[in-house]
Amino acid sequence: MRLRQAIGRTSFWVFGGGLAIMFLVPLIWTTVASVSPHGATAQQDGYGLNNYRTLTEYDAGLPTYLWNSAYVSILTVVFTLGLSLLGGYAFARFRFPGRDLLFLLIIAILMVPYATLLVPLWVLMGELGLRNSLFGLALVLTLYQLPFSMFMMRISFEAVPREIEESALVDGCGTFGVLRRVLVFAVWPGMITVGLFAFLHAWNDFIAPLFMINDSSRYPLSLAIATLRQQTMGAVDFGATQAGVVIMALPCLLLFVLLQRHYVRGFMSGALKG
Amino acid sequence: MYAAPAAIFVLLLFVVPLLLVGRMSASEWPLLKGGQGLNLPDNYAGIADDRLFWPAVGFTLKYTVIVVVVLLVLSMGMALLVQERRRGVGFLRTAYFLPVSLGLASASLLFWGFYSPQIGPIDPLLQWLGITDEPIRWIGTPNMALFSSIILVVWKFAGFFMLILMVGLQSIPTEVYEAARVDGASKVQSFFRITLPLLRPSIALCLIISITGSLLAFDQFFILTNGGPDNSTTTVVMMIYREAFRRFDLGSAAALSVVVLLVLLVINIAQFRYLRRGADD
Repeated sequence: MRLRQAIGRTSFWVFGGGLAIMFLVPLIWTTVASVSPHGATAQQDGYGLNNYRTLTEYDAGLPTYLWNSAYVSILTVVFTLGLSLLGGYAFARFRFPGRDLLFLLIIAILMVPYATLLVPLWVLMGELGLRNSLFGLALVLTLYQLPFSMFMMRISFEAVPREIEESALVDGCGTFGVLRRVLVFAVWPGMITVGLFAFLHAWNDFIAPLFMINDSSRYPLSLAIATLRQQTMGAVDFGATQAGVVIMALPCLLLFVLLQRHYVRGFMSGALKG
Repeated sequence: MYAAPAAIFVLLLFVVPLLLVGRMSASEWPLLKGGQGLNLPDNYAGIADDRLFWPAVGFTLKYTVIVVVVLLVLSMGMALLVQERRRGVGFLRTAYFLPVSLGLASASLLFWGFYSPQIGPIDPLLQWLGITDEPIRWIGTPNMALFSSIILVVWKFAGFFMLILMVGLQSIPTEVYEAARVDGASKVQSFFRITLPLLRPSIALCLIISITGSLLAFDQFFILTNGGPDNSTTTVVMMIYREAFRRFDLGSAAALSVVVLLVLLVINIAQFRYLRRGADD
């Protein structure tokens, strides 16, 4: 019996550990490759940060791309939180004409492929003067966050007992006062999850900026790094690309480590939907 | 009242574009000139004539089938491995899940370097071990390009499906297993007779997400293989991009978009129906 247990534990570690190494190797490799010496990169001999230096000077420069990405991501988070906080409150607490239709419509966004909407959105944004603008891009990114975040905020509000707001209403708070002074604190965890997912989606998205932005000084990071790589004139810079991957991955990994609990909750409520 | 911003937003950025894409798909619509009037059914007829269209459909389907099967089997194994509480399991879960937190575009760029003969680590390792003499052409042939893309996608998403399946596994009451053991069921029997049927909702969710995601694959092929070699890894969504921004024909890009939307709608409805029927049993 004890032997069987030992075999079980060993095979668990051999399989599990081996698999873990396979999942970690690419992440470790890209970090090491971005600072190691290599012929096809700016880092010619010895370890160092030359690849990152190349990136800072590339075209509009890394700071610009970082700023573009951060700006779009923060704007997307703000839009998503604003719409889903108010909307979630409305869906959970009020009856109004078209309520079910509107909710169904928002969930229906999930059914429509990203690419299907990008073609008409390109035209529409042009009409609105928002094509090639980071503001317009944030609107597009928000659209795809809406089903998840509206669902999440609705169930967050529904989980709050009505007694909490009733006493505040009796004390003379308006419905908005109740939201601002009381409910926001009760649905806080839901808001963190919604904000986290909106940020990661906006930070990492590639196809929306590819369609919407054509001025390279307005590229977000993902598009800038992919373009740097595609440059036909001169040699392709492999080192700078991996440095870019590291820079793009860092905030994602950091947020994952810091907000693991909210991460899992987001996926779980997604699982409930099915 | 409070739903008004969301209502306006959805109307303007969802309902209007949906109507617009329908209209565009029925019009001559060059990228820079805008709408030039109806030309139904030219855009739709043009799709079937495009010599890249059917190969793209075929490739997208082939890719979807392979990825969905590999992903589901692997993540099921991973979920079984890490579902129990025991020492070190937290480390394994984190290791498997870390790639999920990356963006697909970053992951594609990472593997693009990983596979490259210039800085990739695998070829030197294999040569050092004496297994191969010359670099492997990871994305040089159609089959290798498909294989390499699948590795990338599995690496990126297996942890995600593992998490869904793991939570499903943990929600099965242990009493059921104990009862089965008392009745003399082996581990294999209880996996097929108890675990799989009770896990059906989680598996269905994984199926829906992975099928939809794979049918709409774009980033990984756009970045890693650029649709090549020889257009062999061009997916349907890449065709939309190509029509719009390489051939400057928004009309036919819109027609393709509508076709993709309809096909996906049919597939999703079929999946939901199947799922609901299963729930009623």
